[in-house]
Amino acid sequence: MSEALFKVENLHVSLPDPNSKVLFGATPMIDILKGIDLEIEEGTVVGLVGESGSGKSTLGRTLVRLIEPVRGSIRFAGKDITHLDEDAMRPLRRDLQMIFQDPLSALNPRQTIGTIIGRPLILHKLAADRRAARKQAEEALDLVGLPTAFAGRYPHELSGGQRQRVGIARAIATHPRFVLADEVVSGLDVSSQAQILTLLARLKTELKLTIVFISHDLSVVRRLCDRVVVLRRGEVLENRPTGPLFDNPEHPYTAELKAAIPLPEVDEGWLDAS
Amino acid sequence: MVDAATPATAPPTIRPRRRRPLSWRLILSGSWLLIVLLAAIFAPFVAPHDPLAQDLLLEKLPPFWVAGSEPGYWLGTDGLGRDVLSRIIYGARIALTVAFVAATAACIIGSTLGLIAGYYRGWIDQIVSRIVDIWMAFPPVLFSILLVAVIGTGLHSVILAITVIDWIRFCRVVRAETLVQRRMDYVDSARVAGFSQLTILIREVFPNTLPTIIALLSLEMGIAVIVEAILSFVNLSISTDDPTWGGMIAEGRTVIHFAWWVLVFPLIALFLTVLAFGQFGEGLKDRFDPVLQ
Amino acid sequence: MSADTAGTTGAYLDIDDLSIALRADPGHRLLRSVGLHVKPGEVRGLVGESGAGKTMIGKTIFDILPRAVAVVEGSVRLGGEDLLALPEGKRRKLIARTSALIPQDPLTALNPVRRIESQITDRLTAILGQSKKAARDRALTLLEEVHINDPERVLASYPHQLSGGMRQRVLIAAAFAAEPKLIVADEPTTALDVTVQKQILRLIAEMQRRHGTALLFVTHDLGVVAKICQNVTVLFGGKVVEDTDVKGLFAHPAHPYTAALIGATPRYDRPEESLLPVPASVIEDTHREIAAADAAWIVARSPHTKGAA
Repeated sequence: MSEALFKVENLHVSLPDPNSKVLFGATPMIDILKGIDLEIEEGTVVGLVGESGSGKSTLGRTLVRLIEPVRGSIRFAGKDITHLDEDAMRPLRRDLQMIFQDPLSALNPRQTIGTIIGRPLILHKLAADRRAARKQAEEALDLVGLPTAFAGRYPHELSGGQRQRVGIARAIATHPRFVLADEVVSGLDVSSQAQILTLLARLKTELKLTIVFISHDLSVVRRLCDRVVVLRRGEVLENRPTGPLFDNPEHPYTAELKAAIPLPEVDEGWLDAS
Repeated sequence: MVDAATPATAPPTIRPRRRRPLSWRLILSGSWLLIVLLAAIFAPFVAPHDPLAQDLLLEKLPPFWVAGSEPGYWLGTDGLGRDVLSRIIYGARIALTVAFVAATAACIIGSTLGLIAGYYRGWIDQIVSRIVDIWMAFPPVLFSILLVAVIGTGLHSVILAITVIDWIRFCRVVRAETLVQRRMDYVDSARVAGFSQLTILIREVFPNTLPTIIALLSLEMGIAVIVEAILSFVNLSISTDDPTWGGMIAEGRTVIHFAWWVLVFPLIALFLTVLAFGQFGEGLKDRFDPVLQ
Repeated sequence: MSADTAGTTGAYLDIDDLSIALRADPGHRLLRSVGLHVKPGEVRGLVGESGAGKTMIGKTIFDILPRAVAVVEGSVRLGGEDLLALPEGKRRKLIARTSALIPQDPLTALNPVRRIESQITDRLTAILGQSKKAARDRALTLLEEVHINDPERVLASYPHQLSGGMRQRVLIAAAFAAEPKLIVADEPTTALDVTVQKQILRLIAEMQRRHGTALLFVTHDLGVVAKICQNVTVLFGGKVVEDTDVKGLFAHPAHPYTAALIGATPRYDRPEESLLPVPASVIEDTHREIAAADAAWIVARSPHTKGAA
C-alpha cells in the first residue's frame, strides 16, 4: 500500500501572541496546535472543521509550510518537510498550492490576472517565457469557467465570485498534487458558493487533486469531502469518513456542532433544544 | 461580504474599462508646478531683468497696477532697486533644486529602510524603529540650523540637512504601509508559490506601497521648500548672493510699511508652490489607486 | 407574485412603495417599490443576497443612507408617523425613541476606548432622560436578562476584553434598553461561531417574546430564517419577490428565485440533493422582471401619464 500523501505526526505549532507587546526580546508564544496526528491519502478530499480558535487555519498553513512547526513532523510525498528552508522547499512548491478565503486580498491589486496566474509558472519553469505563461494562464481560466479575456484585467474589475475562481485557476495552473482550500466559500453568497463547490468537485476528479478543505460550516463539508477531521483548541477530536461521522458522531462536540446548524426547514423546537 | 451585483450564475461579463478623467486638483496643482519649473529652467530667458542688478534710482517701485510704477517691473522693485519678479523667478531655481534633490534622497533612504523594517520585522525592525524614535526627538528646524552652522552654508548643506532629518518621515509611513500589505493574502500566496522573500518584497509589496510613497514624496518636496525658505530667512542657506524666497521675505520685512510687495509676492510664490506640491501628491495617489472605482 | 399577506393595519413598521436611487442617476433604483410591514410582536425575516438591498432598507429606516443615495418615492411609517415627512430633528428623535439596531459586527459596533457601562447608559440618559443611577440599574438588569453572569464586571470592561458572543449579548441588551417598539437585527450572527449563533438566536427570540417588540431580522441564511422568523420577505435586486409566512416559503415558494435559493443551500442531511447552483435562467428571468417593473414605473411617473391619470 502506498504511503499517504501527507503524514503528520505529533505536530505542535506555536504563534506569537498578538496581544502582548514587548520593547526588547522575544515575543511570548501561544500554543495553537497541540499534538496533531493526521494522514491524508492521495486523491481524497479531507474536510478540516472547527470553530474559531480551533487551529484549523493554522494546521492548513503549516501543511503548506507557511508556518514552521515547533515539534513533530510533516512528511509530504515521502519527504520530510518539517524544517526545510525556503530554497529547499521551492521545488516542492509547484505541487503544494493554496486557495484563500478573501479573494480581494489574495490577488495583488496591481497585477493583471494573467500575471498573477502566470508568474509562478515561470518561476517553476513550467512556462518558458511570458507569452507561454499567459497562454497557460488562459487555459487555467478556461478550466474554471472564466473567459480568457480576463487575463488582461485587474482584480478590482471582477466580482467576488469571479475573483475566487481566479484564485482557483491560480492554484491549479501548476498542476499540483495538493491544494489547500482555506474557507474558500465563507465570504460568498449561497449561489456563488454552490458554483464554487461544484467546480471544486469537478476539478478534483478531472485533475486528480488531493484537497484539504477548511471550513467552519459542516453543511458545506458534507457534499464535497470524503473524510472529516474535527478540531477544537488545537486537538483532533474526530477523524472519520464523512457519512459515518454525520450519521453517528462519536464525539459530543461533533454532535453539538451538528445540532447547532440551522437547516432550512421550519422546526419550532430547534431553538429551545440545546 | 462579497458583492453579487453580477451574480456568478450570470454569463461572466466584463465591465467596460473607464478612463478616469484628471481631477481638478491634479490639473491645477500640476499646472502651477509646471509653470514654476519652466520659469526656473528658463530663468535667463523668462526673467525681465537681472535679479542682481541694483539701481538706486528705481528703488521701491510698486507693482504695475499701482500708480507710480515703472513699466517692465511688473511686481515692483525692492529697497535696492532689484526687480521682484526676476528675483522670484531665479529664487525658484534654488527652491526646486532643494525640493527635488533633498526630497528624493530622503525618500530613497527612508522608503528603503521602511520597506525592509516593515517586511522582515525582527531585529532589523527593532533597530530601525529605535533609531527613528530617537531621531524624532530632535526638533527638526533647530537641528537643521545646527547642522548648517557646523558644516557651513551652501546648497549642499541645505540638501544634506533636509535629507538627514526627513528620511524618518518616509521610514515611518512606508513601514506602516508595508506592515499592512504583508498581512495580505497575496503575500502568503506568493510564499506558497515559492518566491523568495526578497522577490516578494520588491515585486509584490513595493508596488502596492508606491501610491503612498509618491504622495509623500510630493508633500516632502513642499516641506523641503519651506525648510529652505526658513534657512534662507535666517541667512543660513546658500552662500552666494543669488535670490531665495526666504531671503526675499527677510528683506521684505524691513520695508514692509513702504513696499509691501517686496515681502508679499515671494510669500505668495512660496505658499502656492508648497500647496501645489501637497495637492499634486494627493491627486497622484488617488489616480494610482486601482481599487478606487 | 408578492402577496401582501400582512395587512397594513396594526403594523408598527409600514414601508410602502419605497424606492431609493442614486442622486446622480435617479432612473437607476436601488430599492424598487418595496413594501414591508412588521407588526408588534412579529418576527419578520428579510432575506437576500449581497447587493439585493437589505442593508439599504435598514439604513432608510434609521435615516443613515449615504449622501449619494436619496429616497425617490414612498413612505416609511413608525407607529403611523411618516418618517420622511418629518423635519430632521423630529425624525431623529422619533427613531431614537422607538427603534434600535442589533448590528452585524459586535467588534466594530462598540467604541473600543469607552467602557461598556457608558455605552449603554448614554442611550438611556439621552433618550429617556433617566438619571445616571437609574440608567446604570437598568443596564445591570438588562445584562442579567441576556444571561451575563457577572454584569458588574462586564459594565466595567472595555469591548476588547470580552468574547465575540459576549459582545453580541451586550449589544442585544443595549438594543432592548430603551424599550424600543421596533428592532432591526442586521445579520447579527454572521460573524459568530455556529454554536454561539444558536445561543444568540435563542436569546434574541426570548427577548423579543418578553418585550413584545416588532423584529425585522435581516439575513442571507435561509436556515436561520427557518428557525426564528414567522414571516419572510425575499429581496432580489432591490425588489420584493416573495412575501409570505415561513412555512409557506419553504413548502411552496411562489417565486422561482426563492425556490432556487432553497435548492442551493447546503444541507448536511441531504448531501445528494443540495448544492444545485441557482440556474442562470432564473437569474435572467428575474432581471427581466425587474427591467419590466422599472419601465412601467418610469412610464407611470412621466408627466404625460400623470396628467392623464
